[in-house]
Amino acid sequence: METKQGTVAVTLTVNGEKRVGVAEPRMLLSDFLRHGLGMTGTHVGCEQGVCGACTVLIDGQPGRSCLAFAVQVEGATVDTVEGMAEPGELSDVQQAFRAEHGLQCGFCTPGFLASTQALLEQNPDPTDDEIREYLSGNVCRCTGYQGIIAAVRRVATERKAASHDA
Amino acid sequence: MKPPTFDYVRPASVAEAIDALAAHPDSKVLAGGQSLIPMMNMRLARPTALVDIGRLDELAGIEANGSLRVGATARQSTVLENEQVGRRWPLITAALVHVGHPATRARGTFGGSIAHGEPASELPAVMLACDARFLLRGGSGEREVAADDFFVGHYTTVLADDELLVQVEVPDPAGSAWGFGEIVRRHGDYALAGAAVRLAVDGDGTVEEARVALFGVSGRPIRATAAEEHLLGTRLGDERAAAEAGRAALSGTEVTDDSFVSATYRHDAAAAVVERALLEAALRRRGTN
Repeated sequence: METKQGTVAVTLTVNGEKRVGVAEPRMLLSDFLRHGLGMTGTHVGCEQGVCGACTVLIDGQPGRSCLAFAVQVEGATVDTVEGMAEPGELSDVQQAFRAEHGLQCGFCTPGFLASTQALLEQNPDPTDDEIREYLSGNVCRCTGYQGIIAAVRRVATERKAASHDA
Repeated sequence: MKPPTFDYVRPASVAEAIDALAAHPDSKVLAGGQSLIPMMNMRLARPTALVDIGRLDELAGIEANGSLRVGATARQSTVLENEQVGRRWPLITAALVHVGHPATRARGTFGGSIAHGEPASELPAVMLACDARFLLRGGSGEREVAADDFFVGHYTTVLADDELLVQVEVPDPAGSAWGFGEIVRRHGDYALAGAAVRLAVDGDGTVEEARVALFGVSGRPIRATAAEEHLLGTRLGDERAAAEAGRAALSGTEVTDDSFVSATYRHDAAAAVVERALLEAALRRRGTN
């Protein structure tokens, strides 16, 4: 049995790279990413699991980084917005959000991008209802949701077209 | 926001977890953490130690031979996606869609949602409707508790401090009709009022056994026994019987009155969700026949 008190080392694979940081057991994954590893792309909103801004992929599954302790996910693979494309470039999901005006202030965007990535992985061709249902755990307070839904639809359509061409 | 400090314990087995719970007074079990961590972030909960059972594979299984056996740490999303569960225990699948969101269901556990004892969450009431049994293991051995006897009050169950919910057993609902409904401000929120119903009916469609469970209306999930009695001997889908059962659902219950909605609202909401769930059960049955 492992008991951890005080400050402990936590190892994660973040965006494909092994990263080590120190954390008290009470340090949330969101704070560990931002303060421990200096990766501020993951945004912290409500810190009670409601807003979805801090959503990242944990072992490939969407998860609220404010609802996990860093020690709890020690050894896990974590994917954040920083890893979605090479520096200076945008992934197809990011590109679609831009094209469809799926963001304004951008605060909620990292969480929406992570959720969208997970949705399209599980369901490459979702209906509008399925998109709404899946993204219902992410809150946007400025753009509204039409542009975001259009962005998700656009990625799905583009990917389908690309796979037909291939 | 920073949760209060705590010692973090990751046991390698259920036996170690029980030892750890006994060794750390004021400890809490951490499984998916999707309800506990927000409470800690807001400092509504201040456990001195967390015993993390989230990686105990021995607790994560799902078996469907005759009855359904779900290990306490099976993720909500895993149960939701399980085809056997969807086919034979559709009430559970229908309810899970309303438990949080994909990102919380991917981490939140089936057993955690039950052991947490939140009166407005879906699974505890569904367990009442399904006549589930819970396997508990602790320092003084193992015991089985019926869902009917498990929930005590707000975040309180019969679980002892050194006891762990290890498995949930749900009997085969063979041929029973079911319905589920809730009233929420936003999809994925805790319900202001919700109902899970399961009815055994004979060949003529007469109700022989009724289990009507409510959540979000009281300090714990409850059986609406007055509604159940009303339904016995009536025909499934009888609109008047459904409306009367709805109106009877909260009789004798101390109804929650809080900053979200009044007790009067909850009375009306509970009547509506019970009525709808009963009519939906009848419609669905007609659809499959």
